[in-house]
Amino acid sequence: MRKVVEGSYAIADAVRCCSPDVISVYPITPQTHIVEHISQFVAEGKLDCEYINVESEFSSLSSLIGASAAGARTYTSTTSQGLALMFEVLFNASGMRLPIVMTTVNRALSAPLSIWNDQQDAMAAREAGWIQIYAENVQEAIDLTPQLFKISEDPKILTPSMACMDGFILTHVYEPVEFLDESKVKEFLPPYRPEYVLDPKNPKTFGAFADPSWFTEFKYQQYRAMERSLKKIEEVSKEFEEVFGRGYGGLIEAYSMDDAQVALVTMGSLVGTVKEAIDDLRREGVKVGLVKIRSYRPFPEEALKRALKDANVIAVIEKDVSMGYESALLTDLKGAFYNSPIRTPIIGFAVGLGGRDIGIKQIREIVEKASKVSDAGIEDEFEIFDVKPECL
Amino acid sequence: MKEIRFHGRGGQGAVTAAELIAIAAFEDEKYSQAFPAFGVERRGAPVMAFARIADEPIRIRSQIYEPDYVIVQDVTLLDVVDVTSGLKPEGKIIINTDREAKDLKLQTEAKVIAIDATRIALEKLGRPIVNTTMLGAFCGATGEVSLDSVNKAILSRFSGALGEKNLAAIKTAYEGVRL
Repeated sequence: MRKVVEGSYAIADAVRCCSPDVISVYPITPQTHIVEHISQFVAEGKLDCEYINVESEFSSLSSLIGASAAGARTYTSTTSQGLALMFEVLFNASGMRLPIVMTTVNRALSAPLSIWNDQQDAMAAREAGWIQIYAENVQEAIDLTPQLFKISEDPKILTPSMACMDGFILTHVYEPVEFLDESKVKEFLPPYRPEYVLDPKNPKTFGAFADPSWFTEFKYQQYRAMERSLKKIEEVSKEFEEVFGRGYGGLIEAYSMDDAQVALVTMGSLVGTVKEAIDDLRREGVKVGLVKIRSYRPFPEEALKRALKDANVIAVIEKDVSMGYESALLTDLKGAFYNSPIRTPIIGFAVGLGGRDIGIKQIREIVEKASKVSDAGIEDEFEIFDVKPECL
Repeated sequence: MKEIRFHGRGGQGAVTAAELIAIAAFEDEKYSQAFPAFGVERRGAPVMAFARIADEPIRIRSQIYEPDYVIVQDVTLLDVVDVTSGLKPEGKIIINTDREAKDLKLQTEAKVIAIDATRIALEKLGRPIVNTTMLGAFCGATGEVSLDSVNKAILSRFSGALGEKNLAAIKTAYEGVRL
């Protein structure tokens, strides 16, 4: 069924189709509508699950840790300060290898208080051991939901995951979306049947004390599982395409990259605007392309090398800053290329912080700056973009 | 692609109007997108919403700076917001006012359309909520969405007598601006 609905409603419906056993979510702008719609489905009997009301995000994820360890399929959603409040629990979920799925609505972190979109919240949690995949549009965020359950719940992966979607820009937009067919989701996503569960008849312990003779091995196994998820994400993406007819290219998507001299790299809802800008620039003869990152964790190093190897200059555009050292994706990409034969200059732009709007004009300006690098070399490796001197 | 900017005050339903246009355009088998200017909305404060209509899937997600059409739900906004900002010269601006278009003295080459939507809404709905009435005016003045589809969009949101009253308001506004 195809319909114009609000992004948040579409996500709630996708969650409903995945039949989670336990959901625990705490409302926070701009994620609130997702919570409202899910709880409405539960109240109306359209979603048969245990819906736990909690007093904070810390408790929402904590309660899911218990539920997931007991063998339940579990879902939550949060944003910004809520994700920050979950920080301790994020590491517990991944360390205990619990395949919890979370829609992470991306929003700036305080202070100053901002309810608007950037991706600082999820980027700050990049070491938390969660798979992070960023959606370009509402449809991709819908389609990611069953895919993430399937990836996370795989016995060889058992790692929690986040479907990241830009706050307001995707949660509050009305646009046509294709709803998931519940029976097809059932076929695509089998019930969660974990091998190890909390069971009074067969006692086990999760996340117990590990002294120095054990801790490293836990982290090693988590690291390897995350590595294995690279292949799993691609497989599940293909399988989803076979069943539902919509594909997104797995870890990354290369757009207009044949013969591209300037390669832009970005993720999330900015991708659509960048694609539009690229089509305009191509018509004017500017050889520019885009590599859209879908999977940020695990980081698709090899796929990025293949996609970006022929560019003259790479410009990373991202909605986060690492105070003290540029922005996270820029640093990751430079790190990925350092020991490779690729010597392409890489520059980065922190854009759209706290909801600053980014349009085609701004993308063109970035392409112009990047083009200068390919002629004259790097002047500024990293820039916080669109700073108003009069406000300083 | 056609881009539409809505100016209203918090509580006047500008965001709902944008959503209804997106639904109506979809009924017309076009692609559409609607979203609010995400602010900390309070009742009475100036707010904006946006809509796009196109024959192709819509990928751009920035706000709208050079609209084809502007809809102003409250004439008092003219004193506080630059409602014609970026409006295309060949575009149209539709304003809820009891004054004549020429008396508004707007600085724009675009066509200015005045409609007394508050009066129509009071008559047909019994309340001065003009967002749906303004949709009828938009439909009549631009033809970008069909009246049938606007009516369908309305009935998907408002049922029963309220739906019927809204349709009556829309029809009056639609006929009022059609030349």
